[in-house]
Amino acid sequence: MDDNLPADQRISARFKLKRKDFALDASFTAPGKGVTALFGPSGSGKTTLLRCIAGLENPDRAHFAINGQCWHDDNKNLAVHRRPIAYVFQEPSLFPHLNVRENMAYGWRRIPKQQRKLGFDDVTAWLGLEAFLERKTEELSGGQRQRVAIARALLTSPELLLMDEPLASLDASGKAEILPYLESLWQELDIPVLYVSHSPEEVQQLADHLILLDQGRVVAAGELNTLLTDPLLAIAHFEDAAAVLEARVVGHDKEFHLTSLAFDGAQVSVSYNGLPIGHKARLRICARDVSLALVQPLQISISNSFTVRVLSIDPDRDPSQVLVRCEIGGQHLLARITRRSVHLLNIEVGKHLYAQVKSVALMK
Amino acid sequence: MDFTQFDLQPVWLTLRLATITTVLLLCLATPLAWWLANTRWRYRQVVNALVALPLVLPPTVLGFYLLLLLGPRGWVGQMTESLGIGLLPFTFSGLVIASVIYSLPFAVQPIQNAFVAIGRRPLEVAATLRASPWDRFVSVALPLAKPGLITGAVLGFAHTLGEFGVVLMIGGNIPGQTQVLSVAIFDHVEAYEYAAAHVLAASMLGFSFIVLLTLYWRTSPRPLERL
Repeated sequence: MDDNLPADQRISARFKLKRKDFALDASFTAPGKGVTALFGPSGSGKTTLLRCIAGLENPDRAHFAINGQCWHDDNKNLAVHRRPIAYVFQEPSLFPHLNVRENMAYGWRRIPKQQRKLGFDDVTAWLGLEAFLERKTEELSGGQRQRVAIARALLTSPELLLMDEPLASLDASGKAEILPYLESLWQELDIPVLYVSHSPEEVQQLADHLILLDQGRVVAAGELNTLLTDPLLAIAHFEDAAAVLEARVVGHDKEFHLTSLAFDGAQVSVSYNGLPIGHKARLRICARDVSLALVQPLQISISNSFTVRVLSIDPDRDPSQVLVRCEIGGQHLLARITRRSVHLLNIEVGKHLYAQVKSVALMK
Repeated sequence: MDFTQFDLQPVWLTLRLATITTVLLLCLATPLAWWLANTRWRYRQVVNALVALPLVLPPTVLGFYLLLLLGPRGWVGQMTESLGIGLLPFTFSGLVIASVIYSLPFAVQPIQNAFVAIGRRPLEVAATLRASPWDRFVSVALPLAKPGLITGAVLGFAHTLGEFGVVLMIGGNIPGQTQVLSVAIFDHVEAYEYAAAHVLAASMLGFSFIVLLTLYWRTSPRPLERL
């Protein structure tokens, strides 16, 4: 769907690789900016695909170009150390013979001065590593080590950031420690990110664009909201299937401790958060938290409701339930309701309904 | 006991031989170990077996074939003669060559194991951080394999000190040129000069022990170092 992007503003990849018990045959295009998540079950080839992009594998056929530059095709194969990438592995993989500062400086020292877009001290401060610079790596916690690994990778001033489940090796507190850094990182740096994950929550929180993989093939690629709500894809049928919508902070209600957000003519309230008016935010709405009504619901405790148009009605995993995809403005929303309700309310494609949302989560 | 000039000569000769051999061994064994640790060549086990041969062969077998190879009828001997170097058997250079071959597995194996233990990951990380293959070898592989390199050097050195059979076959017993400690001790014992044999044997025992102890002490500060 992004083939209409000009070649100098997109990532295009095609890799074929055969192993004893695994075959990768994946091709995709993605925008040359923002965060693109490579999502799929374990064994789907996400990591292998990422390693191909970094040049760490030897695929049988390969083509990779980013923002107009070709790194890999039939006639050309840029060596790993000549690709302007940063790679964050699942485990921090710090060099044990170097301390924190030396680890961070390893790549930084190897790029020419005029190519250093990020300052050593800035990155150190940004990832909160000032106090650890002279420490040995084995003295750090898992989360701290991964922060060092991220700093070390960023200090090469990359043109493409590759992250292979950087949170997977961390416990819950380690994840909570790293996530805010990742979010601010991508807002501050204007470089494309390819992010491998098998966690729907991470994808919903971090990605702008999604590539779904299964058994070494790309199942679908597209914008996050569209793919998360596509009833033909497995991710829409997950127990905690959710839509992610872009919204804007429009006001605060101090008396009831609420913040209002608007998107495409609709308005919802979440718990007060003090974000500035006009702040762009991401809302996550679970399919199971959305109910549909024929008339505007009044005298009801749920206050978040807005009109939507039904786009499609598809069977869900549970035969008693269906997945209704609704449209509001340009964005899509999923509602998981019973088949009986569809029948009783006579819900059809194209019909205008009121969606009531029991719970909205503010992602960022 | 008589400390004569004659008795110190084999000591210096042995130390010189062991030092030169160790330096050459490291230069030869490190790239060989790196290649063996990384190659996917299907006949690599042939090379592994060849390198390990001195571990199982009687030194006399190795010495015998080296003698033939380096002698006037061997092709190496003919080559050295035509190059104007002359024949190598019964010279110090011949001794060095024999020692390097004889001690090769003692250096290659610990270094190779150290390289294998590093795994692919640290080198991949270095590659994504812009390090070229040679840079990765120097800045990551060598420092991480340091314990293996030191063990290889110590074993190579110690093994050369203790050499006897190969030395006798290829070097003979020329004082000042090829008469190393072990051979000198043998000479003394043959001549019933037990006192002289004791001086050499005891100092060699003490020296070897102290060298090994110092090196092991320095190289193993922490057991089970995590990578």
